[in-house]
Formats: sequence, C-alpha cells, structure tokens
Amino acid sequence: MLCSICKEKPATVHITQIVGDKAQKLDLCEECAKAKGVNDPSFAPADLMLGLGASQEIEQSAGGVETKCPRCGFSQADFKKSGRLGCSECYKTFAEGLEGLLKSMHKGTHHAGKVPEALRATREQSDRLKLLQKKLAKAIEDENFEQAAQLRDEIKQVTPRGTGLSVT
Amino acid sequence: MKLDEFLISPAETARRHGPHDRIVMSSRVRLARNLKDAAFPGWAKKPERLKVLETIRPAVESLPEMKDAFSDVMDNLTALDKQILVERHLISREHAAKGSGSGLVFNREESFCVMINEEDHLRMQALRPGLQLRQAWSAIDHLDSELEKKLDYAFNNDLGYLTACPTNLGTAVRVSAMLHLPGLVLAEQINPIIQSVNKLGLAVRGLYGEGTEALGNVFQVSNQMTLGESESTIVERLDKVLSQIIEHEENARQTLLEKKPKVVFNHIGRAYGILANAHSISSKETMNLLSLMRLGVDLGLFPAEERSAVDELFIVTQPAHLQKQFSDKLSAEERDLLRADMLRDRLKHVSRPNAKKGGSGLDKPANL
Repeated sequence: MLCSICKEKPATVHITQIVGDKAQKLDLCEECAKAKGVNDPSFAPADLMLGLGASQEIEQSAGGVETKCPRCGFSQADFKKSGRLGCSECYKTFAEGLEGLLKSMHKGTHHAGKVPEALRATREQSDRLKLLQKKLAKAIEDENFEQAAQLRDEIKQVTPRGTGLSVT
Repeated sequence: MKLDEFLISPAETARRHGPHDRIVMSSRVRLARNLKDAAFPGWAKKPERLKVLETIRPAVESLPEMKDAFSDVMDNLTALDKQILVERHLISREHAAKGSGSGLVFNREESFCVMINEEDHLRMQALRPGLQLRQAWSAIDHLDSELEKKLDYAFNNDLGYLTACPTNLGTAVRVSAMLHLPGLVLAEQINPIIQSVNKLGLAVRGLYGEGTEALGNVFQVSNQMTLGESESTIVERLDKVLSQIIEHEENARQTLLEKKPKVVFNHIGRAYGILANAHSISSKETMNLLSLMRLGVDLGLFPAEERSAVDELFIVTQPAHLQKQFSDKLSAEERDLLRADMLRDRLKHVSRPNAKKGGSGLDKPANL
C-alpha cells in the first residue's frame, strides 16, 4: 500500500479515527506522517475527513482571527472539530477558506447540476451576464470597441433593473 | 402504525427482481437537501431541529409517492426497530443513532425513503432492485421537484445545494449500487478492481456503507464528488463502471470454473455443509457462507428457485431480524444457537450442491 499523501513510499503508519460512529482510515509513509504531525495532539478530525490541511486552510484564511458565522455562531474551531458546517450562511462566512478545499475534493467549483425550478430563470440570467462580462473584458483587451459597445448594451438589457448583479 | 406490521416481509423482498440481479443486488440514489433558514441538524439546538421536523414531515407526507407511507419521529422507534431498518438499508447507522428532533418517512413498497434531520435536514433516497440507476435517479428527481414547491431549499448559484458537509455540495447526490462479488474475491482480483474504481473518483465500501466490512462479499460502489458535474453525468459514469465490474465478475466466475473447479466446489460444498448442519453460528459467518451458496445457485449447483430462499436468509439471520422473532432479549450466544436452528430447518429441503450439474455447466453456465 502506498502513502496516501506522497503516493510514492510505502505506507507504514495507519491511522483509524472514530468520529461519531464512523471510522476514518488513513495510510501514510513515515516521513509524511511526521511532516503532518500525526502524533501531534492538535491533529484534527476535519483533516482526516476532508483531506489533510483542511482545518489549517480555513484557519489561515481568517488570518488567525476567530471568525464566527453571523447567523449561527459557528466558528473555525467548530469546523476543525466536526468537519461539518453550521448553516447555509457559513458557506459565505468561510468562503475564502473553503475555496481551496472544494477544489481539492470535487471535480469543479461551479455547480453543474439540477437547479430548483423557482431559481432557474434568475440563474440562467446571471450565468448569461457572467458570460457577457467575460466577452466584454476580452473585447476591450483586444481593443474591439465596436463589439464592446454592443456587449455593453446587451449587458444593460440583461441586468435586472436597479439591482446590479443578482447572484444569490 | 407499528413498524413491523408495515415492513415488507423478507420473503417478499427476496423475491424482487431487477436487471443483472445475479450481481447487482440493488440500486440507490440519495439526495441531500437543507432548508434555507435553519442551522444544519448537527449544529442546531433541539427546538430548532423540532421546528425543522415539523416543517418537513407534513410536506413529505403530502407527496403522492408517500400516499400510503410509514411516518414517525425517531424517538418513537425502539433500538431494535432502528436496527431492523439499518439491516434493511432503509436508514443509515447515523440516523439510527438519532432520537428527538429526527424523523423517518418511507412508502409501502420501500422504494422511497426520506430521513429528516440526519446529517442534513433532508436525506431522500429512491431504491430499486437490480441495476436501475437511471430509474432511481429519475424517481428521486421527481420527488425532489415536488418537494421543492413546498420547502425553501438552501441553494447557491455557484455551489449548488448547500450541505452540512462540504463533500456533498453541489448536486448533493450519491448514486450507489450494492454488488455481490464472490467471484472476484475468490479469484483474489477484488483489490486491483477496488483500486482502479477508486482512481475514477468512486468509493467502494462494505455492506453498511462507510467504514464497514464487505460482509458476504457485498460491496457498495458510489460517486464521491458532487460539485462540478451534473447528476446525469454521475449516473452515466457509475453505470459504465458497473457494467465493467459485472463483466469482470462474470469472467472471474467463468475462469474459476475452468481453471479451479475443485476449489469453487469445495468452497460452496463446505458453505452448504456448515449452514445446513451447524448448531451455533455467528451473523458474520452466516453472511459469508450464504454468499457462497448464492454463488452456487448462480453456477447451477443448486436449483435456481433457491436464490430467493438464500436472499431471504441473508436478511432474517441478521441480529435484529433474528431478535425480532423472539420475545425474550437474546444474548449474542443465544442468537448464534437460534440462527443455526433456523438455518438447519430452512435448508432441510435443499439438496446438497450438485457439482456434476455445475460441472456440465462449464461450457454454458446456467442462467448466464
């Protein structure tokens, strides 16, 4: 069995941690285990469940200051303990720290599946808007001002009145 | 309504058929959903969880799919009832540990099951016998679309459906199948298969999901990533991988019969011998041996009609199902005795494996 971090050396350190009623397993080579401070008491369950460095990433993004979700009071320390978030608002509160984490655990960072019927229209609109803005930036960069003017008018049409960009 | 009056009898469950059910025991698609304005169940205080339960439960009960459903709060279920539901794969072990503030709704066919306040406010699943991932997806997709009219889901344009654990974000879908792979295990090819399936971003787990053993050579294969691709892409990928695993399993069985028939017959014969004659047997040993008997049916060593009998035993010999048949609380040792009694009785009429029949089936194995 190879180390699950470096994927080069044979894994000699096997960790099983019981979180709730679930057992999480991790196999590391000696060097990676040392480097990750597995024997360190501060080794967090969130790291095991979500990949190493998860809790660190969330912590660092806050610049060492304890951030709490304004809606539910959930903190990074809570995340470190459970590997779960407190409420849907937490995704905004901890957005920065989560970004890298999501990149490493998923195929992409943008949802590509089902959308609730009621939100479909606004989502299509905002996706379209994003695309137009991207095109506009490119047109300006290419000094294609005729096309840029056209795009600007299109963006004006698509943008919901008075709200600017509506992204929920 | 009492749970045991509502549940389908194991005999009936064992008679259900679906495509490729020699190898694929069942297909399942699970969606996680949360309400916009409440903390996730793991963080919410009890009054908030109760409020969520009171909002979600009537909405789920009002669905046409749940017209004739079992619906209750988890505190009304005994520990034994909960364990039975786990053994039936209707609820997770995590949900079985829940009490006040959590609930459960499932329909009479046991094809839809909704857990309320598990890790997320809503965990809804569609189950189908055999390989029917697309059907299970479209069924749960429909149920979810009905439900979204009644409930205000937490959804974000970039991140999709928001879930308590970041690993479920996006589609919040888990597509999975339960596979019976005795051929690959006997041929010692299961580990390379698991590794290559892992490389495709799919998880392989044991009989009861995360962190459990592959008892009875039963493995669960499911997607791991949920953000960045659509539900149908995930379903299609899993479907493709499953057909490959099915092919490998069939090949492994064929090769074993050609190259090492005695080894195969020996395993199956011994399994039958122990199951039909033991006077004390654990649940784990029972499952592992029943798996070999099931393989024996597939290979024509036992009559084809014994398949459902074996599948039924697979359910009723598990600890909670066994306990349910007796009024006194049984110790593990007592259960082992009663389990053996039941197996001897049920297998009385099943004649010994006919290796000759299996042998002649070398060129053309039965039921392929």
